[in-house]
Amino acid sequence: MSGPSSYVPKSGFTKWLDSRLPILGLVHASFITFPNPRNLNYWWTFGGILSFMLAAQIVTGVALAMHYVPNSGLAFASVEHIMRDVNYGWLLRYAHSNGASMFFFAVYIHIMRGVYYGSYKAPREVLWILGVIIYLLMMATGFLGYTLPWGQMSFWGATVITSLFSAIPLVGNAITTWLWGGYAVDDATLNRFYALHYLLPFMIAAVVVLHVWALHVTGSNNPTGIEKQSSKDTLPFHPYFTVKDGFGLVCFLILYAWFVFYIPNYLGDADNYIQANPLQTPPHIVPEWYYLPFYAILRSIPSKLGGVTCMFGAILLFAFLPWLDRSPVRSANYRPLFRIFFWLFVATVIGLGYIGSQPPEGGFIIAGRILTISYFAFFFLVLPLLPLFEKPKKLPASIAESVLGAPAPGKA
Amino acid sequence: MAESVSVEPTRRDFLFIATGAVGAIGAASAVWPLIDQMNPDASTLAAASTEVDLSHIAEGQILTVKWRGKPVFVRHRTAKEIAEARAVPLSELRDPATDEQRAPHPEWLIVIGICTHLGCVPLGHQGPYGGWFCPCHGSVYDTAARIRQGPAPYNLYLPPYKFLPDNKLSIG
Repeated sequence: MSGPSSYVPKSGFTKWLDSRLPILGLVHASFITFPNPRNLNYWWTFGGILSFMLAAQIVTGVALAMHYVPNSGLAFASVEHIMRDVNYGWLLRYAHSNGASMFFFAVYIHIMRGVYYGSYKAPREVLWILGVIIYLLMMATGFLGYTLPWGQMSFWGATVITSLFSAIPLVGNAITTWLWGGYAVDDATLNRFYALHYLLPFMIAAVVVLHVWALHVTGSNNPTGIEKQSSKDTLPFHPYFTVKDGFGLVCFLILYAWFVFYIPNYLGDADNYIQANPLQTPPHIVPEWYYLPFYAILRSIPSKLGGVTCMFGAILLFAFLPWLDRSPVRSANYRPLFRIFFWLFVATVIGLGYIGSQPPEGGFIIAGRILTISYFAFFFLVLPLLPLFEKPKKLPASIAESVLGAPAPGKA
Repeated sequence: MAESVSVEPTRRDFLFIATGAVGAIGAASAVWPLIDQMNPDASTLAAASTEVDLSHIAEGQILTVKWRGKPVFVRHRTAKEIAEARAVPLSELRDPATDEQRAPHPEWLIVIGICTHLGCVPLGHQGPYGGWFCPCHGSVYDTAARIRQGPAPYNLYLPPYKFLPDNKLSIG
């Protein structure tokens, strides 16, 4: 990770360590002296919040794994055992299940911040793509974890999602059987999902390291979207951004704690407190809220392969943002038309989320199709074509000027 | 350097390619067990057939039995349901199949109760054709369990089965 390393080991031990493994200098350069744009707002604190949530999920998850039993006959009961018998089991489970929701809530804000301020544009494409990979791994991890309590929604959610692969021509059914380890979601499926649910968070952590590495090569984007030019434009990471990130995190934790302690089942589904029954599908299957927009896209396409392709495509398109968006201006603050389309896109995603939570009938189908078209129109029409019609506002000369105002005439 | 470039393959080239090929085959053979262990195991493949006593199923009733971990619908069709299923021209069907192919014994329709869209269990006696309706994504099947509306691409699959003496049915 780059940045000016001004670290000088002082004690005998740190001198000894630094000449063998310069890890203290790396930490010092990355998280103490690292120069961040001075104008970062609170939307930039979500990176730190996400790191915290990943750690929280791993810690609570490892504790839960000490009591959970990945067997189709015992899993449901073992979750209730955690809730009733294990010391603080209720807290660990609610912290973990709501932690997943908080993790996704934070990542959606983080992604939307990136879109609004054009953080995906050159030279941050690799940083952005690593983020999309983290998001895909998060979705896989969340889906696998939701299967583990072995309730009705766990079972049928797992059935529907794994059956998505049966849409692949020729080999689809063989892949689905391979994923299941049988002819339906069953004990073999639960056991492997548990193994993978334990594995993936560590893969996320590894990609997060790459993501932070790439971030420290290019440095953070900022609300003006212009690059830092001099030391006037930056402040050291510590104490300015450690404190700002810390304050953002504390506010976020209040929301998290409110869910855990007051409404721990608000985001869950009552059907998941019924043990999995392979012979009866619940009348209305819905995934967890963080998948709903993509679920709505899947249901809006009246073809199996088409629906599955569009659903995965809707996610993968994010990786191509750096090339779909043709505007040289990064920040939406200076793009009056893009700003409108950005909020329309946010409204589309929220609308799709609502449609995904409703039964697939009548007006919901039509609304879902209209919103699906608007979703893809943002990527294929707005991003490439808008720059042809849009006149961006004048950009400030520097980050410092955007904060302090233009220098008085005669100076500098 | 440019002078030493030889067009003729040498023994070294041969050894290089041969070593690489053996290495690739070795890696593939090492990976295959790791992949194949996820396929259905011997105990799953050995799952026995299921026997059903048909005398307990009244006309119009659908019995759901479990076979290989999946639900199988055994439907005792009424004369009206059979007539409706036989009256449909094949051109109207997304996955064309005659009712005779679907149910060689007209009063008994035996299908795997897994929606061919994304694997939910459809609900019997529902939907505009009185066959099945899948609550997940709205696929509609008729009284021969053929797909008529919604996103599913195929009819409900037929399991292998045979009728046994004493009004019994063996699935599998």
